[in-house]
Amino acid sequence: MKLITAIIKPHILDAARDALSKAGIQGLTVTEARGFGRQKGHTEVYRGAEYSVDFVPKIKIELVVDDGQVDGVVAAISESARTGEIGDGKIFVSTIESAIRIRTGESGVAAL
Amino acid sequence: MMKCNRRIPTTRLVASIFGLLILAQQVGYAQDDTVSTELFTVNNTWMLVATFLVFIMHLGFASLESGLTQAKNTVNILFKNTAIVAIGLLTYAFVGFNLMYPGDFSIGQFVGFAGVGLDPGPDGNTVAYAGGGYTYWTDFIFQAMFAATAATIVSGAVAERIKLGSFLVFTTLYVAIIYPIAGSWKWGGGWLDQMGFYDFAGSTLVHSVGGWGALAGVIILGPRLGKYVNGQVRAIAGHNMPLATIGVFLLWLGWFGFNGGSVLSADPELVSLVFVTTCLAAAAGIIGAMFTSWTVQKKPDLTMILNGALAGLVGITAGADVVSVNASMIIGLIAGIIVVFSVLAIDRNHLDDPVGAISVHLVCGIWGTLAVGIFSADHSFVTQLIGVVAYGLISLPAALIIFTVLKSTVGLRVSEEEERGGLDVAEHGMESYNGI
Repeated sequence: MKLITAIIKPHILDAARDALSKAGIQGLTVTEARGFGRQKGHTEVYRGAEYSVDFVPKIKIELVVDDGQVDGVVAAISESARTGEIGDGKIFVSTIESAIRIRTGESGVAAL
Repeated sequence: MMKCNRRIPTTRLVASIFGLLILAQQVGYAQDDTVSTELFTVNNTWMLVATFLVFIMHLGFASLESGLTQAKNTVNILFKNTAIVAIGLLTYAFVGFNLMYPGDFSIGQFVGFAGVGLDPGPDGNTVAYAGGGYTYWTDFIFQAMFAATAATIVSGAVAERIKLGSFLVFTTLYVAIIYPIAGSWKWGGGWLDQMGFYDFAGSTLVHSVGGWGALAGVIILGPRLGKYVNGQVRAIAGHNMPLATIGVFLLWLGWFGFNGGSVLSADPELVSLVFVTTCLAAAAGIIGAMFTSWTVQKKPDLTMILNGALAGLVGITAGADVVSVNASMIIGLIAGIIVVFSVLAIDRNHLDDPVGAISVHLVCGIWGTLAVGIFSADHSFVTQLIGVVAYGLISLPAALIIFTVLKSTVGLRVSEEEERGGLDVAEHGMESYNGI
C-alpha cells in the first residue's frame, strides 16, 4: 500500500477530484495548507510597509491506494493539476505499513 | 476634585428632555409655519436619529456581502462598501441633492437642477423650510444616506469579479446622475408624483433603482468562474455566516430610520405605525422564506431566511405608512416567498448574483410598489405599475450603457488568474485574514 501526498493549487481541487473519481478512487483527505517551492510568494503592502508573503495557499490531498493503482492516481492528479506555470505543486509517494477500517476492523488492502 | 464647568448636571438634562416631550405632546402635529420651536426641535432630532440609523445600513451591507462571499475577496468587498459611502455623500452634496429636488423642472417634469453645491438660503434652517419637520441640513444629510444605499445594492451582485476602478466609475455616474434624476420624478415633485404614484421610503426609488443596476452588472459582467459548469449550478459558498447575520440585523436596525424617517417628522402616530408595519413585514418575510426554503430545498437555508427578512423590509418600504398592519404582514410574507423562488430562478437562468441583491431589491422592490396599489384604497395599481416600468426604463438601460462602455474601454472584469487567486491580493495587495 502506498500513501500519495499531492500539493496542488487550490482552484484545481475540483478538477483533481473528478479525475481521481474516474481513476476509481473511493476516498481521500484534503487539507488547506500554505507553502512555497520555487514559486516565491508575493510582496504585499500593509499601511505603507512592504512585506513578503512566502506562504502561498495550497491544497494537500492525501490518499492511500493499493500498489497497482499508484501510477494511475499519479497520472490523474498530474494531468488535472498541471497548468504549466510555477506553483503547480508536487506529488510524493511513500509506503504505508498497515491500514485498518475502524467500523469493521478489516485490515490491509481490504481496508482501503 | 476639580470641577468641570462644561458638564451639564444630569438632573437638568433629564428635566429638559422631559419638558420637551411634554411640550411635544401638548402642541398639535400640524406641519405648518406655526409649529413651535420645541416641536421643530423634536421633529428635527428624530430626523437626525433616522439619518444615522440609515447610515448604519452601510455596515450592514458590508457585513452581509462579506459573509456571503469568499474570504479571498473580503478586503475588496469592504473597500467597495467604504468607498461607496464616500462617493454617495460627496456627489449628493455637489449635484445629487439638487438634481433630486430641483424645485423647478427645466425639461418637462423630468429633469431639473437647482445648482451645484449646497445652500440653505435664508429660510433653510428655520421652521419655514419644511413645515417645521427638519432643517435644510437635516434634509440633505438624511437624503444623502439614502443615495449611498442605492449604490451599495449593486456592489453585492457584481462581487468577486468586477474591477475595482470600473466599479467605482459606475457607482459615481449612477449615484450622481441616474439615481437623483429618477428620484426627482416622485420625491422631487416630478411627473410621477403628479400622477399620484406613491413610494413612501423607496421600494422603487432606492431599491429597484439599485436592483436594476445590479441586474445590468450581472448581465454584462458574466458569472464567476466555476459557477455554471456543464449546465449545472455550482455553489460558491459564503465564508462567514455570523457576519452575514450581523449584516442583516444591522440593515433591519437601519430600516427603523429608513422608514421611520421617511415620515419626515416625529409625528407619533405615523412613526410608530411605520415601526410596526416595517417590523411585522420583516418578520413575515422571514417566515415566508423559511417555509418556502424548507419545502423547496428540503432543509431550511439560513441565507434564504436572511434574504427573507430583507425581502419583507424592501416590500413594505413603498407603503409602510398607508397599508394596514395586517396588510404589512401579508406583503412581507409574500415577499419572503417570492425571494426564495427568485434566487433559484435567477441562478437557473445563469445570472450569477452572489448575495441575492436582484431578488431582494429589484423583485421585491417591484412587489412592494405594486402592493401599495393592491392594499391601499387610495392608490391605483395601474399608476404604481407605470412608475415601476418608468424606473425600469431609465435605470436598466442607463446601467447597461455605463457597464458596456466600461467593458469596451478600460475593461470590467478582472483576469482569470486574479479571480482565482482572489481580489484581495490582486487588487489590494493584502489579505483579509492574515494567516501563518
